[in-house]
Amino acid sequence: MPAVQETVERVKRIDVDQYRYGFETLIESDKAPKGLSEETVKFISEKKNEPAWMLQWRLEAYRRWLTMTEPTWARVDYPKIDFQDLYYYAAPKPKKTVSSLDEIDPEILKTYEKLGIPLREVAMLEGVEPKPGEEDPARRKIAVDAVFDSVSVATTFKAELKKAGVIFMPISEAIREHPELVQKYLGSVVPTSDNFYATLNSAVFSDGSFVYVPPGVRCPMELSTYFRINERNTGQFERTLIIADKGSYVSYLEGCTAPQRDENQLHAAVVELVAHDDAEIKYSTVQNWYPGNSEGKGGIYNFVTKRGDCRGDRSKISWTQVETGSAITWKYPSCILRGDNSSGEFYSIAISNGFQQVDSGTKMIHLGKNTSSRIISKGIAAGKSQNTYRGLVTAHRKATGARNFTACDSLLIGDKCGAHTVPYIEAKNSSATFEHEATTSKISEDVLFYCIQRGLSQEEAVGLVVNGFVKDVLQQLPMEFAVEAQKLISISLEGSVG
Amino acid sequence: MALLEVKDLKVRVEEREILHGLTLTVNEGEIHAIMGPNGSGKSTLSHVIAGKPGYEVTDGQILFMGEDLLEMAPEERAAKGVFLAFQYPVEIPGVTTMNFLRTALNAQRKARGETELMVPDFLKKVREVSKSLNIPQDMLKRGVNVGFSGGEKKRNEVLQMALFEPSLCILDEMDSGLDIDALRIAADGVNALHSPKRAMVVITHYQRLLNYIVPDFVHVMSKGRVVKSGAKDLALELEESGYAQYEDA
Ligand SMILES: Nc1ncnc2c1ncn2[C@@H]1O[C@H](COP(=O)(O)OP(=O)(O)OP(=O)(O)O)[C@@H](O)[C@H]1O
Ligand SMILES: [Mg+2]
Repeated sequence: MPAVQETVERVKRIDVDQYRYGFETLIESDKAPKGLSEETVKFISEKKNEPAWMLQWRLEAYRRWLTMTEPTWARVDYPKIDFQDLYYYAAPKPKKTVSSLDEIDPEILKTYEKLGIPLREVAMLEGVEPKPGEEDPARRKIAVDAVFDSVSVATTFKAELKKAGVIFMPISEAIREHPELVQKYLGSVVPTSDNFYATLNSAVFSDGSFVYVPPGVRCPMELSTYFRINERNTGQFERTLIIADKGSYVSYLEGCTAPQRDENQLHAAVVELVAHDDAEIKYSTVQNWYPGNSEGKGGIYNFVTKRGDCRGDRSKISWTQVETGSAITWKYPSCILRGDNSSGEFYSIAISNGFQQVDSGTKMIHLGKNTSSRIISKGIAAGKSQNTYRGLVTAHRKATGARNFTACDSLLIGDKCGAHTVPYIEAKNSSATFEHEATTSKISEDVLFYCIQRGLSQEEAVGLVVNGFVKDVLQQLPMEFAVEAQKLISISLEGSVG
Repeated sequence: MALLEVKDLKVRVEEREILHGLTLTVNEGEIHAIMGPNGSGKSTLSHVIAGKPGYEVTDGQILFMGEDLLEMAPEERAAKGVFLAFQYPVEIPGVTTMNFLRTALNAQRKARGETELMVPDFLKKVREVSKSLNIPQDMLKRGVNVGFSGGEKKRNEVLQMALFEPSLCILDEMDSGLDIDALRIAADGVNALHSPKRAMVVITHYQRLLNYIVPDFVHVMSKGRVVKSGAKDLALELEESGYAQYEDA
């Protein structure tokens, strides 16, 4: 069976338990001492066998972080985080270094199996030969760089990617193997001093993915990473860096799930994208972290900095996100439209239920001439949740002919939740054309009853109506992710209506 | 055999009594027409039978195939064969009609312990039915009722009825908004479903529809009660004399 088809099959089998990803894997782990200090930073760097420049970079970020304070402007409310009460590094204890999947801890493989990740799929590992006349199946393959806790334990498809000249590896490896690329680009989109969480990430990031697509290359498969938080009280600090060189194309998928637990878990990832002339990067996320229990306890704190730099002329960066999990989400995937005629897109579905708090949106910074951006945001608030769209669109003085279209729609389910739209628009030249549309509506009882009269349960009806509401965004996702996302949307709204 | 028995039904909406003791029996294979002035409670009756929230039954009972209908969840009623063609069908943006039909049909089948219909069989069936109702295929690719004309929405209701094969079909003013040709097509669709096991309750203001769908019984509703029942001729009579004589009933 082709890998993609298998993924879809597995995803179809996702049963609709309350939070089915709430399981924990029993693996011994190798932890940094609790708390944050120069020693912690050095410990992490040492664990990763990092060169001196990398340690220096981290230490500078750490010292910077000490001078910063947590931002409070977002519409989220949570108890103060004690940064000294967290562990900053945890790795599954490897018995030895692995060279093939068979050598990976079966516990880990089992976890992936539960998640429906076809890591062991032979077709995937060996590649499927296209039949004559058929579309090259490689185009539809997914490469999985599996991040288990803080360490990447398995990377598939390496050979095929290598043939295309694409570098796709854990960033810790890239630091050692491609220092010139990492040094050139790391922190060039999100500087170490950018914001409290990004700076923290810069000091202690554990691992993440690194992608470099050489000039003119169309990456032969969708790249995907599955993150999983599995170590009690361990902050997760993923770092991802994707570079699309001139005229190249890459599509990257990221999906996350986490085990159910009682204590809050901090996640502060940084993702940097760089698109050179005529290059295109498509970055898709399905985020399904533990949102907390029915009383609002526990759940992941998700403070993410994601930014794309359309550095070259005619470059394009497109963010698509489906946010269903986390207790708190603070996330604004953004585009800096630096190159002339470059374009940025942001397609977002943000669902909040229970006691979840979401403050998410995007920034489109128009710097080059004739740049364009498009924002389609769909917010769904249910239960006692709060869902805020926060967006910024600016046109620089020199950004003549800048264009933006923004459509923000919010759907309320029940009357104890809230949806808020906070758009900031700033045009420093008169030739910019910015359009903004926003709607807020309540899910219609008549529509739900219509569905129920035709045989759907209340929950199925809500799922169907909401999936219709977010369709424009779902369509932006690669097919195999769209199927998964649809299920997640329905699952995450369970119990949202009485 | 009695399919639907409504006995002395009293219904309140927001503290106001709308149905004041309504009785109606529909047997298998029969076609019943319900006529009556605006606001007499025809849609209310159909909503209560279908299980729409917001209605409080204060007295009386409804039996469906001898079972207490009011005890069943609305989706359970649908799976058991109660179908309501709405007076005002709603729009569901982003959900294609095709997807909706399949989701609903499979939900009903699952509730009845049947297997899902295979996609090719489903498609074949939809194609047949939509063709007979003069519904173009590309309409099925659009969002449910989104941008449909009034007549198209009504035909879409009949399409669903034909697909789900319910045993009790309640048609609330399916003739409103239909032009003459569309009316005939829709009525033909309904007639094609007529069978000795299936009963129809046709709510209408116009005797014209009853030329196409010929009822066995006609009931006049006024102020929340059935005030007169008769044969087909009663409809003609009403057309002549109006409802005035029943207003004080
Ligand atoms: N949700 C509601 N709240 C208050 N009153 C209601 C509600 N629903 C129905 N009613 C009232 O109940 C009465 C019966 O309404 P219903 O819609 O059943 O009439 P009908 O016979 O179907 O009329 P028409 O021929 O105009 O469709 C009306 O007076 C209406 O205003
Ligand atoms: Mg009515």
